[in-house]
Amino acid sequence: MSDKRTCLYERHIRQGAKMVSFGGFEMPIQYTDIADEHIAVRTACGVFDVSHMGEVLVTGREAERFVQHIFTNDISGAPVGKIFYGMMLHPNGGTIDDLLVYKEGDERFFLVINAANIDKDFAWISEQVKAFDAVAENQSDYYGQLAVQGPKAEAVVEKVLGLPCQELVFYTFKKMDVGGEVIIVSRTGYTGEDGFEIYASHGLIQQMWDKLMESGEAKPCGLGCRDTLRFEVGLPLYGDELTDELSPLEAGLGMFVKMDKEEFVGKEALAQLKAEGLKRKIVGIELEGRAIPRHGYEVVADDKVIGTVTTGYNSISTGKSVCMALLDIDYAKLDTPVQVRIHKKLQPGVVIKKRFYDKNYKK
Amino acid sequence: MAKVIEGLYYAESHEYVRVEGEYGYIGITDYAQDQLGNVVYVDMPEVDDEVTAGEEFGAVESVKAASDLFSPVSGTVVEVNEALEDEPELINKDAFENWIIKVQLSDKSELDNLMDAQAYEAICK
Repeated sequence: MSDKRTCLYERHIRQGAKMVSFGGFEMPIQYTDIADEHIAVRTACGVFDVSHMGEVLVTGREAERFVQHIFTNDISGAPVGKIFYGMMLHPNGGTIDDLLVYKEGDERFFLVINAANIDKDFAWISEQVKAFDAVAENQSDYYGQLAVQGPKAEAVVEKVLGLPCQELVFYTFKKMDVGGEVIIVSRTGYTGEDGFEIYASHGLIQQMWDKLMESGEAKPCGLGCRDTLRFEVGLPLYGDELTDELSPLEAGLGMFVKMDKEEFVGKEALAQLKAEGLKRKIVGIELEGRAIPRHGYEVVADDKVIGTVTTGYNSISTGKSVCMALLDIDYAKLDTPVQVRIHKKLQPGVVIKKRFYDKNYKK
Repeated sequence: MAKVIEGLYYAESHEYVRVEGEYGYIGITDYAQDQLGNVVYVDMPEVDDEVTAGEEFGAVESVKAASDLFSPVSGTVVEVNEALEDEPELINKDAFENWIIKVQLSDKSELDNLMDAQAYEAICK
């Protein structure tokens, strides 16, 4: 099946981006250089085309009860404008996807899901929603999305795009009228920096992209640095740190799983997993040398394979070679010495917290 | 336009050999470094390791990906370019100056299987 293209595809090509296949879309991995783009987001402002992300609108009398049923976080009692991060689980506790839930109204919720999972998620949602007085609509083809990220993102969104966002607090959103079209602006992101995500029609997304490029105040950034940025602050990527076979507890995301909630799909499996004790866990590893651990490489200790690298880089912000890895629980404690097999050689390292760079959110 | 130097031997996998007497200096071409982008790590063999023509002997890595290095010739590693351990980006500055390994050639007739500058330039277009 050939890849889809976002509404900004022609612009990426014109701007000389290197394109790759990601999540069923042909996406820019970099415009100039991953490290330059990474540093722009850490120190100033970068803009990402994230139109590949999926959007599902859930409405109806039982919309909230339905979202509570499929979502690990607890949205009850939340004010309109609040955003939650969490997961949808299989009954066995494996992760279908991680997602954001935007509360648009008491009977209206906007779900943002991963591009690669749109079909799988919407099939699951459609099946589950049947038991509720609610309707789910896949709006993924309608919306384009920009992520404007970095310490200067607020100034750029205010000045260049003319969107009043100063008052927005972290993990909240506002609907705004732009020339008669209602768009969604949220203070969210996937970089560990302050920033905004903007959902609008293809036409408006193209206009906003052009304004940002003309201003020269937001560097166009590709998925390459989106991955290095999210990785450095320990954020998971579905497919690496979360999979159909891995629960959010094992991924170290227990704070987004509310076990005191009355009910959600997967809760019983997670309760059992907790009672039995986790057998494996995602941790951070820092290597002594510069060799780069990459997805799929073996982690070794006591002369046996004790896990697998899920994501690894030579960190652009710190210069250290670090990775996240799924390890047997016996080796998951901080300061445990382990080795990663890189190009046939075993490289020594140690288990550390899976946050290699401090987040810089504006709360 | 990527630089190509006369007098070197080139492999289709974008490594070069500069021959000096019994020895060959092996590195990646200017075209290869340009395609790869910023080099952040070079995985090198150790002195006394054997390398075989057409077989992998290490890797050059950008932020995103590792590219295997294939030896254009067979021989014994007599030196590795240690400067690349701390400054792998030297390869981006001058890929022909900053060779990766020096080998004692075991079979100079293997050089006949490699391309000259003109032939290599043609495949980079």
